[in-house]
Parts: sequence; structure tokens; C-alpha cells
Amino acid sequence: MSTTSEIVMNDSPKNISPEAAVKPIIEINGMHKWYGDFHVLSDINLHVQPQERIVICGPSGSGKSTLIRCINRLEEHQRGQIIVNGTELSNDIKNIEKVRAEVGMVFQHFNLFPHLSIIDNLTLGPIWVRKTPKKEAEETAMMYLEKVQIAEQAKKFPGQLSGGQQQRVAIARSLCMNPEVMLFDEPTSALDPEMIKEVLDVMIELAEEGMTMLVVTHEMGFAKSVADRVMFMDDGEIVEQNSPDVFFDNPQHERTKLFLSQIL
Amino acid sequence: MKPKDNSTPIKPAEAAVPFWRDAGKRAIFIQIIALFMVGGVSYYLFSNTQANLARQSIATGFGFFGKEASFEIGESLIRYSASDSYARALLVGVLNTLQVAFIGIILTTILGSIVGVARLSTNWLLSKVAGAFIEVMQNIPVLLQLFFWYAIFYESFPPPRQALTPVNGIVLCNRGFIFAIPEAHSAYPAMGLMFLAVLIGGWFMNRWGHRRQELTGQAFPAGRITIAMIIILPLLIWALYGAPTAMNMPELRGFNFQGGLTLSPEFMALLLGLVLYTSAFVAEIVRAGIQSINRGQIEAAKAIGLRSGQVLQLVIFPQALRVIIPPLTSQMLNLTKNSSLAVAIGYADFVAVANTTINQTGQAIEGVAMIMVVYLVFSLSTSLFMNWYNKHMALVER
Amino acid sequence: MTESTVAKRERLKPPITNVGVIGWLKTNLFSSWYNSLLTVLMLGMLALFLPPLVQWAFIDSLWNSSAEACRNIDGACWSVIPHNFRFIILGFFPEGQGWRPVLAMALLLGLVVYSKDRSRWKKSLAWLWMINLIVMGTLMYGGVFGMPVVETSQWSGLPLTLVLSFFGMVAAYPLGIFLALGRRSKMPAIKTLCVVYIEMIRGVPLISLLFMSSIMFPLFLPEGVTIDKVLRALIAIILFTAAYIAEVVRGGLQAMPRGQYEAADSLGLTYGHAMRLVILPQALKIVIPPSVGILLSVFKDTSLVVIIALYDVLKTTMVTLSNPEWAGYSKESYIFLALLYFAFCYAMSSYSRRLEKELHTGH
Repeated sequence: MSTTSEIVMNDSPKNISPEAAVKPIIEINGMHKWYGDFHVLSDINLHVQPQERIVICGPSGSGKSTLIRCINRLEEHQRGQIIVNGTELSNDIKNIEKVRAEVGMVFQHFNLFPHLSIIDNLTLGPIWVRKTPKKEAEETAMMYLEKVQIAEQAKKFPGQLSGGQQQRVAIARSLCMNPEVMLFDEPTSALDPEMIKEVLDVMIELAEEGMTMLVVTHEMGFAKSVADRVMFMDDGEIVEQNSPDVFFDNPQHERTKLFLSQIL
Repeated sequence: MKPKDNSTPIKPAEAAVPFWRDAGKRAIFIQIIALFMVGGVSYYLFSNTQANLARQSIATGFGFFGKEASFEIGESLIRYSASDSYARALLVGVLNTLQVAFIGIILTTILGSIVGVARLSTNWLLSKVAGAFIEVMQNIPVLLQLFFWYAIFYESFPPPRQALTPVNGIVLCNRGFIFAIPEAHSAYPAMGLMFLAVLIGGWFMNRWGHRRQELTGQAFPAGRITIAMIIILPLLIWALYGAPTAMNMPELRGFNFQGGLTLSPEFMALLLGLVLYTSAFVAEIVRAGIQSINRGQIEAAKAIGLRSGQVLQLVIFPQALRVIIPPLTSQMLNLTKNSSLAVAIGYADFVAVANTTINQTGQAIEGVAMIMVVYLVFSLSTSLFMNWYNKHMALVER
Repeated sequence: MTESTVAKRERLKPPITNVGVIGWLKTNLFSSWYNSLLTVLMLGMLALFLPPLVQWAFIDSLWNSSAEACRNIDGACWSVIPHNFRFIILGFFPEGQGWRPVLAMALLLGLVVYSKDRSRWKKSLAWLWMINLIVMGTLMYGGVFGMPVVETSQWSGLPLTLVLSFFGMVAAYPLGIFLALGRRSKMPAIKTLCVVYIEMIRGVPLISLLFMSSIMFPLFLPEGVTIDKVLRALIAIILFTAAYIAEVVRGGLQAMPRGQYEAADSLGLTYGHAMRLVILPQALKIVIPPSVGILLSVFKDTSLVVIIALYDVLKTTMVTLSNPEWAGYSKESYIFLALLYFAFCYAMSSYSRRLEKELHTGH
């Protein structure tokens, strides 16, 4: 195996139709990012197929969160290309807004809006970005709330919910925008252990329905059962990526082996 | 080995993005518009002003600085008469402002600290009285307080001929409080020098004492020795110069008193009003500073065996100061700014002198600009001090 | 384990000196020799100052007599207040039209009391305030519904104080928010303009701005255009207050967790929408207690318009004292005025403190 970062696909993604495998939904080519002098992401090449589920793991400071935050332009890249669903991310504001409407993000600390009720949290985006009429937005919101099994809390406020409930609401909030891709930035890291399962269950269901997902997480059980690809990042580079079987049973690189020995 | 492949950089698409959608260019565009608008409005106001000034034949520029002021100033730290220039008059004003500000700041810090500590006292009566003082002083406008005190000093004290003399050498009347001061003698500058010398020597002694404590563990009572020296040594000088006791007594001549040191009712009302008003705010700041210290700290200090005084000096004080100094400096600045109200009760501070200048020369713009510049100098120097202090004292964090 | 094996503890009463009135006295006033000394000292001082004060203010005083009767007493002449009450409170407002400013003030104070309840803080309240202020302005100025016009030069006394404070605060707030957002902007020109404005205004006393507005504004305007004195003072107050509001709002914006900004961005909201719907509603709520503090300062600072010869309630009092009949009773008049200001300001500051406690624990 070469040591430069190349895409290694040893297994075709689950539940994917052959025609869709042609055009990637996210294309990252030769992407670099610097914070001042610090080279935080170097030579990232990543093609994500529609309905593909990718889990990204690695030590802290490896740049995994920064990578996915570049995909919805919460961070800017200095070199390379990022193309999401045919739109290239650049300084063009129109493109940025288009990409953000199509990419949903779930944060580690939920980031629900505390001054709005749950249902208002969900309808904010559709009403103001997609110009959906309020009634329609609320119907969609209730549907997603039921999907994440939290419909009875619709009128409550985020401060009244537990961490696990808030994160499920956050997932529903992103889904209300009908995204093509969902990004998860360590969605369960801030949760008490007993609440992790309820959030992972929602994510698993989403995956089985065919949502394209990039998940930064330490939950290796989730990776093993759901991911099409597991990616290991260290020091700003993609070190290794493989199907879960190969990745966990037969890691190719020393750094990957070291990391796995520390967390498993 | 991690070779970084930098050989084929791919830049973001060069397709022409209209500047109103390009994030970077839009920012520049907005800024240009903002600068344009501000510039446009400024130019409009400026040209109007020029036209109006020309029409009313008002001079511009600071040429009036050299002209004769032809107005008296009630009190002054330096020699001044009506035939002096406007520049000198304004200087007198600045010095008067600084005088009030300086004395006011010292008195406010002392009074505010006392009241702040009193507010936290376990003595119910003391705490309530301090609380009442704070509430009353904070909630009455400072200008009203100034008028009130001025009315007290002006109306409630008798005219000079019936002045009160509680002690020989102190005269209280509605033209001010006049105090007998020592007659000028060469002993006094010498005493002053000795005082300074003791202070400087005391500071060095303090440092030496700390170093000695670090080495040998024995504490050196530098503070107590300095205080003793400050009292004894200047007195020695006084004695050496022949123990002069001649006093410059206030004497009634005609309608007023001559001699001694006069504190005018304007000065006293201004000082009293400013000090009382500002010290209420300082008291709250001091109280908050002391309360900000975790009780656990005090308990831990006592558990080690430190005495109350040491707990205060080594644990409470340094930490409370960090919290207190920033808002304290802004209150000091407020006091300086509020001293501008002197114009309302007739004390000749800088604003009052500038106001008279404006009335006489008609040059309003230069006058108001001068006032603003002087106060900006005060506030910017205070800000600089505060920034330096904050950096100096910032707690080192993980 | 049964009750019989556990000896019942004798319930002893605490020693008599620890409870009741004596206990309270002991802990609060006489807990140590030092404290006891302090208490004795304070009681002594109170005994020294209080009786003469009470004598002057209540016993020897006259409350509603003629000016001549007042000259013959040693005590306070409170009569100066009832005799000049209308002038002190309403100033030069024309006779017979006095009901208008009184009604305007009543509406304002009524709305202030109504707004104290946090459960009523909705968008409708903001509209209510807008309407109320417009009604106040109309009542004061007149010209409609058969009310004769009263020029602003005749607006004086307490209504003028309230108009300057509340109109000033309400107009300054949007400007302050704008300045705060500008100061946090990443665009250097905008940021510099806002920083320069804020620091300059905060560095100078209000009186210099009042001078500027009353003396310099006429020079800024083209020939023939005048703006009236009250408006000039109001503009100075607005420009002044906006800088302080900007700093307070900036504190609120800084206190907002970055995640809120990011969540709003990742939904695709524009800057305007994100500010209006997500950031500002939360930030402004945080800064309500310090904003009440600013309103309190503005209210006290309106007294400065005395210096540019506007007849607020302090100046009307001074005019009363310049009347030879009532000259010399400054102490009584100023004490009355002080009580008036104190009542209003104390109510506002204790409300602000209560609010801060509520909002702190509410989150």
C-alpha cells in the first residue's frame, strides 16, 4: 500500500445503485488549510458517493472536525477544491448559502436556540431560508419530531430537555432543511453514557434510509455496524481509509494501529 | 514518512463572481460606501459651518490664544490677572480641574473603601448606615448634590464679619473656610524633602526586608519603621531649623479675610459633592471585589494558621485589587468628567474658563474642541494605564 | 434497631443569650469589644445629629404657610413647595393646558409599571411603547383634536425631564446596537469608525456634547434652517447614550456562545436573519439589567440641561428660588427634588437588581 493519501475502496457502499456511483456528492481535491502558519489540513482528497456513510476518527488535533466544517464553509480552505452536489465552495456568497442549505450539520454541543421553542427551532430554517409557509414548515417539523421520537416536546424549550433529547432535536432541525448530506461533529461526545444509545439509534435509522453521512466520532461500534468507510486522520492528513472489516481487523499503518490500540 | 504532495495545487474556480456576491469583495464594497457616506456628511457639515462662520464674521483658528483675556478668575494655583492671555487663563482652568480631580480621587478612594468595607461589616448598624449612604448618594443626580452643598456653604454660614471661629486659626464663613497655615520658612521645604526621602528609603528598605525574609525567614517590620521615620525625621528637621511656629493667620480686613489658606465655597461644594457621589459607587465596587473572593480561600488561609491581618494582606487584598482596580479607574475618570459641572456653581475649572472664552471670542468650535481634547487626553491616559495594569496583573491561566 | 434501644435525646433549650432579641443584639451589634465600641460610637453620632435634624425638618417647620410666616421661624420652610408646585413640576406650560403633560406622564409611568412584569415581554409590548411615546409627544405638542399647539420652548419641568430621558433612551438603543455590531465587524473601516466614535464619546463629559449641540449645531446647518433647543439637547443625549449602550450590547454579543453563531450559519441564514432571529434576541435579554442602569444614568443626566438653559425640573426649582419672595429656601427645595429623584431612581435600581437575580437563576 502506498503511503500517500489515496482513495482505497475495498468494498462498494451498502445500498447503493450502480448509476449513482458515478458522480460523487462531495468532491474534495488537493485541499489544504492553514491557521496562520499552522498547516492544519494537508492534501485532502476525498470523494463521497451519494448514500455513502463515512466515519472519521483520529486523535484530537488531527483536523477531523476542521475537515467537515470546511464542507459547509464554517471554515475556509486556502488551497484546493471542495465541490458539494455540483456547487463549488468559493468566495461566492450565493454558492455558500446554496451549499449550507443542502448540507445539514449536527454539533457536539447541540447548539439549539434557547430562546425558541423546539418546534420554532425546527421551522426557523425552512421559513427563512427556503421560504416555506409556516403551516407547511410546522407539519414537516412535527413529522421529523415524531421520527426522532420526541414529538411530545414540541412546545417545550431546549433548556427543559435532557442532552440526548436536545441532540435528537438538533438532528431533526437539520433534517427539516431536506439536506443531501448530513455532517456530524462528535454528536455523542457531550452526552452522558446512558443517552448515547438513543442518539446513535436515530443516526443508524437515518443511515438505513439512505442518507449520505460524514460522522466524526469515537463510537467504534457505530462505525463497525453502519459505516461504508472508516477514515483515520492524523496530523492533518488522511492516513488510511477502508471498509470497516479491513480497517479494524487489518489496519495498514503504524499510526492507525497505535490509535486503535488506544481506544479499543 | 509523510511526503506532502504540493506539486499540483488546484485553486478555487476562477469563474467571474460578481463583486456583490463575493464575500471578500462585498466587504470592501460596503466599507467604501460607509466611508463615502461619512465623508459626504462631514463635508456637508463642514461647508455649512464655513459659510455660517464667514457670514457671522467669526474668526477661526487659535489666534485668540495670545489675546488679552480680560476676565478675572476666582481662584488659581498660578499667578493670573485679567490682563493675561487667554492661553494662560485656560492653563489656570486646566490646573484647577487637575487640582479638584487629584484631591477628589484620593478622598473618594479613602471614603469609598471605608464605606465599602463598612457595608460588609457584621455590625448591623454600621452595615445599614453604609447601605443607606450608598443608596442615597447614588440615586440623586450629582448636579443636584453640587447645588445642595453650594447652598449649604453659601447660605448657612454667616458673612465674614460674623464668621465662626471654632478654633483660633480656623474661620468659617460664607466666603469660604480659611485656615491658618505655617508662615513660609525654609524649614518646610526641607521637611518636605525629608518626607520624600523617607518614602523612597522606606520602599528600598521594604524590598531589602523581603529579600532578607526569603533568605532567613525573619520578617522585617519595614512598614512600621517607615511610619515611625516619617513622623520623627521631619520633626527633627523642624527642630534643627529652630522650630518655627509663626503662623499665617487669617485676619479680617474690610469685608473679607486676608492671609491663611482659603477654601472657597465653590471649591468645597464641588469637592464634597463629587467625593460623596463617586464614593458611593466606589463603595459598591470595593464591596463586590471583597465578596468576589471565595470564602474557601479565607478558610484555607486561616486553617494554615495565618492571622486575620495576614489573611487580609496576603490572600484577600491581592485578589480583591485585581477585581477592583479596573472599575475603580473608570469611576476615577467619571469623577474627572463630572468635575466639568463646576461651571454650574461658579468654580473656575477648564470648562468654565473655556465657556467664558467662547462667549467672549465667539469661537464656539475651537472652544468645544479644546474641551473635548483635554478630556480625551485624560481618558486615553487612564485607558492606557488600565490596559497596562490588566496585562501586568492578569492571572496566568492554563 | 427498635425505638426503645435508642435513648431519646434530651431536648435542651439554647442559652437565653443566644436567641430572641438579646441574641440578635449580641450577634449583630455587640459581638466583640470592637463591634460594641463601633455601635456605641454610631449611636452617639446619631444622637448628636438626628435630634437637631428632626427639630429643623419637622418640629419647627412650616408646611403650607405664606412666605412671610416662614421668615420668622428657625425650622424648615416646606411651604416653598406647595406654593410653587405647579411651576416646579410643569414649568412654563400654559395655564389650563396642564392636564396634557400630567396625562402624558401618567401614561408613561403606567406603562413603565406595566412593563416590569417579565411575562409581558413580547413584541406587543414594543409596539405599546411606540404608541405610548407617540401619544406622549402629541399630548405635549398639541395641534390636533382641538389642543392648542405648545412649542417645545415651553416644555419644562418634570415632563421635559421624562421626555428627554425616555425618548433619548429609546432612540439611542437602535443606534447603540448598530455601533456594537459595527465594532465587532471584521471589516476594518467599519470597525474603526465605530471604535473611534464610541471611545471619543465615552471619553468626554456629557456637558461638552450639550455645549456642542447647543452652540455648534446651528453652525452646521445651512442658513435659515434652525432646530429647536429641546431637539438639540435630545440629539446630544442620544449620541452620548448610544456609545454606552453600544459597549453594554457588545458585552452581550461576546457572551453568546460561538455555537449559536455557527448553528445559525450552518442552517444557511444570512447575516441579517441570523442577527435578528437568533443572536440579538438572546444577547439583548442578557443586557437588560445594565441597560436599566443606563436609563437610570440618562434620567439623572438630564439635570445637566440646566447648563444650556433648558427648563427641566431642576431649573424650574432654581427659578423658583430666584424669586425674592422664596429666596433662601434652597435646602428645602433641593431636598424635595432629591426625594423626587430618589424615589424614581431607587425604584429603577432595585428593579434592575431584582431582574438580574431572576435572569441569572432563570437560565
